[in-house]
Amino acid sequence: MDRLFLIISTACFLAAIANTAIQLRQRSFRPVRFNFLAVGLGFVFQTAFLSIRGHAVGRCPITNLFEVIVFVAWSVALFYIVIGPSYRLSLMGAFTAPVVVILQLFALIAPIDHRHPVKLAPNSWLEFHASISLVAYGAFALACIAGVMYLVQEKQLKTHQLHSLFYHLPPLTDLFAAITRLLWWGFALYTLGLASGFFVGEPLPWVQIICAVGVWVLYGLILQGRYLRWFAPKRVAALCIIGFSAALTLLWGITFTAQTHTP
Amino acid sequence: MNLFCVGLSHHNANVETLERFGGDAEVNCLLRNSGCAEVLLLSTCNRVEVYAAAKSRVSTLDIARCLDRKIDNHVSPESAPFYRYEDAQCVRHLFRVASGIDSMVIGETEILGQAKKAYEAARSSGAAGRYLHRLFQRAFRVAKQVRTRTEITRGAVSVGSVAVDLAQKIFGDLSNCKALVLGAGETSEKTARALVSRGIADLRISNRSAERAETLTQLIAARPIPFRDWNAQCREIDILITSTSSETPLLSRTELEPMLRDRIDRPLFIIDIAVPRNVAADVNDLDGVYLYDIDSLQSIAEQSLAMRREQIAAAEEIIAEHVADFCKSISTGSRRAADVAEHPAVGDESLRPSES
Repeated sequence: MDRLFLIISTACFLAAIANTAIQLRQRSFRPVRFNFLAVGLGFVFQTAFLSIRGHAVGRCPITNLFEVIVFVAWSVALFYIVIGPSYRLSLMGAFTAPVVVILQLFALIAPIDHRHPVKLAPNSWLEFHASISLVAYGAFALACIAGVMYLVQEKQLKTHQLHSLFYHLPPLTDLFAAITRLLWWGFALYTLGLASGFFVGEPLPWVQIICAVGVWVLYGLILQGRYLRWFAPKRVAALCIIGFSAALTLLWGITFTAQTHTP
Repeated sequence: MNLFCVGLSHHNANVETLERFGGDAEVNCLLRNSGCAEVLLLSTCNRVEVYAAAKSRVSTLDIARCLDRKIDNHVSPESAPFYRYEDAQCVRHLFRVASGIDSMVIGETEILGQAKKAYEAARSSGAAGRYLHRLFQRAFRVAKQVRTRTEITRGAVSVGSVAVDLAQKIFGDLSNCKALVLGAGETSEKTARALVSRGIADLRISNRSAERAETLTQLIAARPIPFRDWNAQCREIDILITSTSSETPLLSRTELEPMLRDRIDRPLFIIDIAVPRNVAADVNDLDGVYLYDIDSLQSIAEQSLAMRREQIAAAEEIIAEHVADFCKSISTGSRRAADVAEHPAVGDESLRPSES
């Protein structure tokens, strides 16, 4: 039953992608309305899935890699919808939907939905630490998406090859402002998640702690570099993509190798 | 009721002919005297067209004579190449005109404003009645749909507007941008004016001849910068427009690179419209610098025009649907009007302005 909600949710995000592809092909793209509705509906079904899972496992539904991936996809959609209104940019939804679809299709297809025996008693600090860190991943993912949009637009401007997409993508400075804000949101939430990890009261593997701090340092450096003018906006955009790839790898590592420490 | 259009446009008439048949303020009265029940004159620099509804046929020559300003040139009403469209063809033609498909620059939107003005003038003078009201209201709707459902208006088609569009794609809101115009020639003046019209508040002008720079600063509310100091401005400005007659580049990569270190987080958009070019081409390789010369701007303008041409088929489809629907509603209205004549109690609702 819960997987059915996830399948419907994935279909909603796929509809947003299809709509964008058709409209761009017909060269008559009108942003926001359909895509925002499709992403919104997809988010509702994601929430329904996580809610049912949460009731079934009796805690925050991040007990295995499958649930963690869906939770990250949910965070991405959450940032697009809730934080979105002030930063929502033309085509942002169109770029967000594929990321969510890839994550959810992987979760649905890969044999990773294994129920592990829960060895630890429910721990509110551990749940807060894990969930807030994953919500931060949503902000980092959206910063990565904005980074991709920035690089696409920048390349067109640099090479003077303006395609139909050029007219629908937001201005470079708006994209850079969105990247900066999303990085701040992600960094603040990730810091909160990392700090709360010290109150868990359970021993956590040092490798995980070092990797988690490594990701925190990486994003801290990107922000520092942005404000101290070490990096041009193009480099910041590229670093957002690298940073999120590193963070995803870490997440996979943590979840895959340390099932025993999940709440 | 016979709906028809008689006119001349850039397709078939030269400026001289358009001038002679440009019409004047009294044309509505003249046309009504020629036997038209309703009439509207659309006169722009590229076309002179009369849209009319008449119970019996009004000849093209009669219309031409009404439009004749009798300017002393070799064109006469008899020899002028007037075209004539009737009923569905007339409806289709107006929808194409209002949508910008028939314009010299495909997809331009100025014609819609001109059509609205012409309609308003005819309505307020009482020359346009319910037939033309329905026709023009529908034409405005069609034009809006064509604009939103196709990309017929997408992209700029002149060098100045391409430069401004690119600036907006880099900076978004231009009101916080600083621009420097180097060289006070005609093209740079036009580009600077286009930027000002999109909100640039801080505009600076530098020219070898301080006098010419002074004149231009007064014309477009800018401030003059001594020519020897323009280089240092690159630390502050966001947009640089160059159009001097210098034979060698005025700005090289080695000169610009150190200045960019202080402004690494802000893009610099350089519009080099000088021939030969004022800015070395390898400046474009620097991070955050976007250099466009006259060739690249012209090429983008041509691309946009080609893209607009590709959209004509999609626009024609929308127009064809509306023409069929409009003609159907008109014929239904006419039948009902005939019924009213036979049975007055039925009432003619079909052509009331409020319905359109």
